[in-house]
Amino acid sequence: MKTLIFSTAALVLISTLYLGIQGAWSNNDDPSHGLGKWQNMKARSTGVAPVTNTLYAEECGSCHFAYPPGLLPSFSWQKVMTGLADHFGDNAELDAQTKQQITKYLTTHAAESSNYRRSRAIMYSLQATDTPPPLRITDTPYFKREHREIPNRIINLPKIGGKLSRCNACHQRADKGSFNEHEIVIKGLGPWND
Amino acid sequence: MKKILPYLIMATITALPITVRPNTSVGLQEFSAERGKNLWNQKHTISGQTRRCTSCHTGNPRQAGKHVRTGKMIKPMAPSVNSDRFVDHKKTAKWFKRNCKWTMGRECNEQEKGDLIRYLKSI
Repeated sequence: MKTLIFSTAALVLISTLYLGIQGAWSNNDDPSHGLGKWQNMKARSTGVAPVTNTLYAEECGSCHFAYPPGLLPSFSWQKVMTGLADHFGDNAELDAQTKQQITKYLTTHAAESSNYRRSRAIMYSLQATDTPPPLRITDTPYFKREHREIPNRIINLPKIGGKLSRCNACHQRADKGSFNEHEIVIKGLGPWND
Repeated sequence: MKKILPYLIMATITALPITVRPNTSVGLQEFSAERGKNLWNQKHTISGQTRRCTSCHTGNPRQAGKHVRTGKMIKPMAPSVNSDRFVDHKKTAKWFKRNCKWTMGRECNEQEKGDLIRYLKSI
């Protein structure tokens, strides 16, 4: 009898531990999804949700930095995805199925659906204008404001290439969705001291 | 003998040389690495720009290239240094479609694609 009680107790303990570990290990795609208020607040304070979709990361990231979808509203993503035959001067056509899957990922994770700080800032800046949202992240009022102090001599460095579209040329943790200005290291120039 | 027969058959099948032959019944010529090389280096004027394969992939397909607009690194195109090239049909078809349209303003035909692959596999 004693053995039975002990073994039952041990089993319960082990399964509790196992379930606990599983919970801690499980990967949640969207950190703001299904969390309590405290965790939601924490999610709000960071940059932007990092890219979680491997199809998007592979298809779009093979030519350029895979921009987190939370940096543009769904209106813009929809428009970008319908014009892939002339994608800012490049041909980036996809087959119908891939295109549909990527469009779904981008539009459901767009800025207006995200609670992250940069997404909310971009949406807020767009609401203040009368024009429809731009197709480029670099054309959003929030982006322009945040980058207005950068002199041309830096923008024209070979690693940056004359445009501000290579996020990870300066933001070393851009792929993690972090655009903190204290983490900026400009390739070929060193840390950025504002 | 009975036991090793299936392995022998499998080994023979694996060892058979797999070569892509053009379908000459639809007017294709034997693929040519030389024609492929010429096409690789040929200049085209599209939207007022001079474009060619080498704009991104460089004149030496055994070395890494660089996307002409985004600056992103492109792994070498020659299968002799990058074994991932021309093994995934869907991927090959996608890039031929995109890049022929950008470089030449139209899709490549079967002859051109075959010649280009023959060239890239020859170096």
